[in-house]
Amino acid sequence: MRIFRRLGLLVIVALFTFASFAVSRSAHAFKVESVVSPGGITAWLVRDTSNPIITVNLTFRGGSALDPQGKEGLANLAASLIDEGAGDLDSKTFQQTLEDKAIRLRFSSSRDTFGGRLQTLVKNRDTAFNLLHLAINAPRFDPEPVERIRAQIEVGLKQDKEDPHAIAGQKIFKILYPDHPYGRPPDGTVESVKTITVDDLKGFMKRRIALDNLVIGVVGDISKQDLATMLDKTFGDLPKQSVPWKLPDVQPRTPGETIVIDKAVPQSAILFAEQGLKRTDPDYYTAFVMNHIFGAGSFTSRLYEEVREKRGLVYSVGTSLYPFDASALIFGSAGTANARARETLDVLKTEWEKIAANGVTEKELEDAKTYLTGSFALRFSSSGRIASILVGMQLSDLGIDYLNRRNALINAVTLKGVNRVATKLLKIKNLVTVVVGQPDGITSTN
Amino acid sequence: MVRFPRLYIVALIVGLFPSLASAGVFNPETFTLKNGMKVVVIENHRVPVVTHMVWYRVGAADEGAGETGIAHFLEHLMFKGTKSLKPGQFSETVARNGGQENAFTSSDYTAYFQTIAVDRLPMVMKMEADRMTNLVITDKEVEPERQVVLEERRARIGNNPGSVLGEYVDASLFLNYPYRNPVIGWEHDIKALDIKRILAFYKRWYAPNNAILVVAGDITVDELKPLAKKYYGVVPAQPPVKRMRAKEPPQKAARQVTLKDKRVRQPSWQRSFLAPSLLWGEKQYHYPLEVLADLFGGGASSQLYRSLVIDKKLAVSAGAYYSGSGRGPGRFTIYASPRPGTDMAKLEAAIDTEIKTFLKNGPKENDIRRAVERMQSEAVYARDSLSGGARAMGSALAAGLTIDDVESWPDKIGAVSTSDVRAAAKAVFNIDRSVTGLLLPERKL
Repeated sequence: MRIFRRLGLLVIVALFTFASFAVSRSAHAFKVESVVSPGGITAWLVRDTSNPIITVNLTFRGGSALDPQGKEGLANLAASLIDEGAGDLDSKTFQQTLEDKAIRLRFSSSRDTFGGRLQTLVKNRDTAFNLLHLAINAPRFDPEPVERIRAQIEVGLKQDKEDPHAIAGQKIFKILYPDHPYGRPPDGTVESVKTITVDDLKGFMKRRIALDNLVIGVVGDISKQDLATMLDKTFGDLPKQSVPWKLPDVQPRTPGETIVIDKAVPQSAILFAEQGLKRTDPDYYTAFVMNHIFGAGSFTSRLYEEVREKRGLVYSVGTSLYPFDASALIFGSAGTANARARETLDVLKTEWEKIAANGVTEKELEDAKTYLTGSFALRFSSSGRIASILVGMQLSDLGIDYLNRRNALINAVTLKGVNRVATKLLKIKNLVTVVVGQPDGITSTN
Repeated sequence: MVRFPRLYIVALIVGLFPSLASAGVFNPETFTLKNGMKVVVIENHRVPVVTHMVWYRVGAADEGAGETGIAHFLEHLMFKGTKSLKPGQFSETVARNGGQENAFTSSDYTAYFQTIAVDRLPMVMKMEADRMTNLVITDKEVEPERQVVLEERRARIGNNPGSVLGEYVDASLFLNYPYRNPVIGWEHDIKALDIKRILAFYKRWYAPNNAILVVAGDITVDELKPLAKKYYGVVPAQPPVKRMRAKEPPQKAARQVTLKDKRVRQPSWQRSFLAPSLLWGEKQYHYPLEVLADLFGGGASSQLYRSLVIDKKLAVSAGAYYSGSGRGPGRFTIYASPRPGTDMAKLEAAIDTEIKTFLKNGPKENDIRRAVERMQSEAVYARDSLSGGARAMGSALAAGLTIDDVESWPDKIGAVSTSDVRAAAKAVFNIDRSVTGLLLPERKL
């Protein structure tokens, strides 16, 4: 599909059109193809032969929220270890091969996913795919790398205990999800990481690394044919089925409280959150546009204008939608000198109430739409970013033609809709706030 | 920075990843406008988008006495109004046209950029050319922005003991060269900067003949040329300014700085050696030092990591990096963080042993070839992103390097021999030209 040609046609309805897309160099536009291997493994591909590199993003559904109680940090530890020796290759040999061939292989986990990215020059692709095959099928978890990586993670967790933003983040998730895995620290604690055994790691791989769980996005200089062959070679030995799991849907607990954690730092870290909307919610795009106007538009949002531009209270302030698999938040952050924390919080709360009560203007809505539709092409600025988008589209079941439809979804958002969603979501009486520092004039509400 | 956290990131990218800073072949086209403004075009046709950057040959190291932070403060204020644009209108217009923008300041340059659909390029060129000479600022904009910059300083430095130590290391490593001052400025200087001084700095340094235009993306040099003439060509040249910087005297004494802070839960050790760069000192060592940093401390297969982290189990992390693409002196830094239970003195002794071993046995021919191939491959990756080439070109040219320095990088790296690396190591590992920085907890943990 020639996404940019169609994008242009769609955007013409907006105030400032990107009509140029309609006449623009569609020869350069790319298409997303679905490639199914003889073995039945699917990947979405954007073929791009302009540079001799290949990028593969792979993601398994299910992330750190599934870590067993007391073993928090298991998914994160596994992600850090599966490129530390696999098959016949010990850690040193594995890492040396990656480095010598400039093959980039990284795994990571989030609350809902576990995945990796492989990047290789075309000339080294067989070695690269073979290393990926070994990593996901036969990680060794030898004692030396397990202890080394565990020590590195423990250092990071210890440092987090002194980082105001990290402290605030842990606390706010604990308040929002007191009885749900989302409330636990995704990378674990110093104590929980100590308890993870090699058997735990092997069990993790066995339960979760399976084909029914996997989505793949590929960008770069590889043909459909070659990709199909590679898919079977790399992923064909994985088990078909993962062990089923249950992650119950949960409403965040939003009692409208403010918690202050004392920490001797010059700048208070402020986090605030309440219920958001899931990716599947019919109002998701409306909330997305509303959030852009309110706090996500980097130099143009209301919060940026009121908190930073007019009053100089912060260096950064903003809000995001966090649509998880089993819950959703609207989440914000700011950092300000202790002496001005109270004023910052007051302005935040005033803006929160104002948009809920009065909504946004027609002009704000139009500006948001032209930005969000016009900047969509900017997301495709590197292979890695495109591969991430291909994976995200599959994880959220958006359909292979989503890139064609996406701007129409934004443009369909109405003023009435935004104002309705603002009132529905932004309830000041529910807002949970955590401040870490020594903020003047703010105390915990209970 | 700007507007969003990027200030030091850029400095880091340039230093840590030579492949990005001065990587391989971007095949740029170039021309110069009559008023002296240099223009560079890097084609990348994946999507109908361009990154448009204007780089000024001025950074924190060009600031005068008592005005540290002025280059960065000005960068923030450049987003306020001009004679024809109201404050905030620049960003509003870019956003309404689907563009993204930012700016950043380092010791050697200040840069502004927008990424936007290619048909919107004339619009951003017009606005960027406008603010090159027509900036209007009053107390109404300056005072809140001063608070923003102070918050930025608190976020980057004050809230992070590692960054506080970094300021002390910089101030000790450079006895006189202006790299000793933080890019964001000392707090008392930021508080004291006034409009008159800021505008004088602006008038002195912001001019087409002191700027470089870099456009990367879905455009050719033939398409850009008329636009560059139309928007930037009409801005009058100003009297040329010379970048006069205080000179670094010979260094003859090892220094150590120790920061104890109760927020430190993990101690760390670092040693920075004053080093040559491509433009300063014994320049012949520049490329060998890049290779040295890679094989001595560049990754999980480097000598430092293997020995200290994997084999001897003394450290949780260890490595080295070299930054030598600036206008002034370079630095070669070794760092390590002890495993719980490892004494700092023992860690330091082990690092000294690694240096001695390296100086004695030197690298093997095979190690060099592997490092070189790895580094040259990284240059291929650098071509992938829209902005990678633009940043590499802009930062090099603004510091005083040439397009050829960037383009010939893979060849220069390829020509490095074992004896080059050994000679460079011998020259750089001189304790009398180093600062050792220790980050320690207030009490014993």
